[in-house]
Amino acid sequence: MSNENVDRSKRRFLVAMSSAVGGVAAAGAAVPFVMSMLPSAKALAAGAPVEVDLSKVEPGMQLTAEWRGKPIWIVHRTPEMLDLLGRHDDKLTDPNSEKTSQQPEYCKNPTRSIHPQYLIAIGICTHLGCSPTYRKEIGAADLGADWPGGFFCPCHGSRFDLAARVFKGSPAPTNLVIPPHKYLSETMVLIGEDAKA
Amino acid sequence: MEKLMNWVDARFPLTATYKAHLSEYFAPKNFNFWYYFGSLALLVLVIQIVSGIFLTMNYKPDANLAFASVEYIMRDVEWGWLIRYIHSTGASAFFVVVYLHMFRGIIYGSYRQPRELIWIFGVLIFLVLMGEAFFGYLLPWGQMSYWGAQVIVNLFATVPFIGEDLSILIRGDYVISDATLNRFFAFHVIAFPLVLLGLVAVHLVALHEVGSNNPDGVEIKKHKDPVTHRPLDGIPFHPYYTVKDILGVVVFLIAFSAVVFFAPEMGGYFLEANNFIPADPLKTPEHIAPVWYFTPYYAILRAIPPILGSQFPGVAAMGVSVLIFFALPWLDRSPVKSIRYRGPKFKIALTLFVIAFIGLGWLGILPATELYTWIARVLTVVYFGFFFLMPWYTKNDTSKPEPERVTLK
Repeated sequence: MSNENVDRSKRRFLVAMSSAVGGVAAAGAAVPFVMSMLPSAKALAAGAPVEVDLSKVEPGMQLTAEWRGKPIWIVHRTPEMLDLLGRHDDKLTDPNSEKTSQQPEYCKNPTRSIHPQYLIAIGICTHLGCSPTYRKEIGAADLGADWPGGFFCPCHGSRFDLAARVFKGSPAPTNLVIPPHKYLSETMVLIGEDAKA
Repeated sequence: MEKLMNWVDARFPLTATYKAHLSEYFAPKNFNFWYYFGSLALLVLVIQIVSGIFLTMNYKPDANLAFASVEYIMRDVEWGWLIRYIHSTGASAFFVVVYLHMFRGIIYGSYRQPRELIWIFGVLIFLVLMGEAFFGYLLPWGQMSYWGAQVIVNLFATVPFIGEDLSILIRGDYVISDATLNRFFAFHVIAFPLVLLGLVAVHLVALHEVGSNNPDGVEIKKHKDPVTHRPLDGIPFHPYYTVKDILGVVVFLIAFSAVVFFAPEMGGYFLEANNFIPADPLKTPEHIAPVWYFTPYYAILRAIPPILGSQFPGVAAMGVSVLIFFALPWLDRSPVKSIRYRGPKFKIALTLFVIAFIGLGWLGILPATELYTWIARVLTVVYFGFFFLMPWYTKNDTSKPEPERVTLK
């Protein structure tokens, strides 16, 4: 067969078109596989709200509940702890909870809570997802004499106060997240659902 | 026998392949100690595949069963403890061997023209190996498995805009869960090993196309026997280097066995103490650190403070610290390849780089205190300086002339 009368531009066009169509088909075929890696219906359903009884938490103590697989801290803050909260605003990255994604509107207050004595926060560091440790002892030896009590992340050294606000100089960029929650009674709280709904 | 070989050769290039890659593949005659690690990496790959196959026979990739199935392998499966310790020690051995293999490439300029693609395939192997090690580390479902994976997957969540969705896609859930464990198992035993084998194959095909570099960094193909066209400074790979490599294998296996039998946990560096506690999604261990082979990059991650309320700069720096190896062939502007003929600037830069790499690796194991963070920052600058200043200091170095032919010392 002679190559003399070959229409090269038509050949190039056909090759380009078949490659493009083949490429689209390959991309389309990849969709179900990628989608299969997203959370399944079962994982999505596991996000139901949880009820916690606060009467079990003694003053000064911390309780960890579980919601959507994440640790939810409940800290019963004593009046002394609450008193210390306002005294280190200058050392915090976001003392007034300006970043709206970190708490519901009703917790944008100095104690980041509905009832000041109870801190309810998602115990996942906003740095890389470790769970910080509750360190209530004031002036702990390893955290410095000016440590007002709070949370310390063992992974990368982020520090948070007892309103889960991040201290400046921590690797974590933002305050810990306050989950949506509402009080069903004086001592029963429902985590995962707002009062407005 | 000859008739059989003829029958095969007419249908498959057996003799031709044997000659091209072994008996008539000419390697430089001046290989030294540093040239053991390529073949040792291949050996470790085989050890990992074989021991891995036997582990999958008893391991269960299920969040409720995984931890117990590993303990079952350790206690109840006949010789299961040996197979598991071989596999866990093999993971660390792989990185020891690969790091030394890469160091060899750097000191003798093995990444330089015309071996850029060998180097690029090699860096890809390194990346896949890191992924393989990371996926594998989740499988025992201990505390370190869980929280290590949590931190690494969250690195992806810091990517601007798409990060959060990307991390959910990787986990298949909002937290590390059974779905994550199951897919990491799939990646660890099928997807990544297949890619790894493919990359090792192209790494070797590219190597055998251009031929090995050598400690003098001169091309042996420049001087060929006028009659046979064989490189004058080359010797057949088999039997000369197969025998040499067998010695390396014997010495390596002695050291490897010593670790497997006498120190499989290596004082907590190969198998971390916290990983003997089952994964608890509600409690992070007091001090978490990655396995030793990831610590230099981890220290770089920790050294970079958040910028504009975002974690991403630290993550990006860590990513660049690994990916920068791809650029090495083009960063190096020296007229010579081997450290033997390079000037003092390169030698100082390389020494500082080695100190920074080991120093960062050490700091990555320790908790992050203010002092350590500052040291890590200095070492991070040194680490990147080695690469980013390379075009300058290699060009202006006082290198010695390369010899025409290889030397034997």
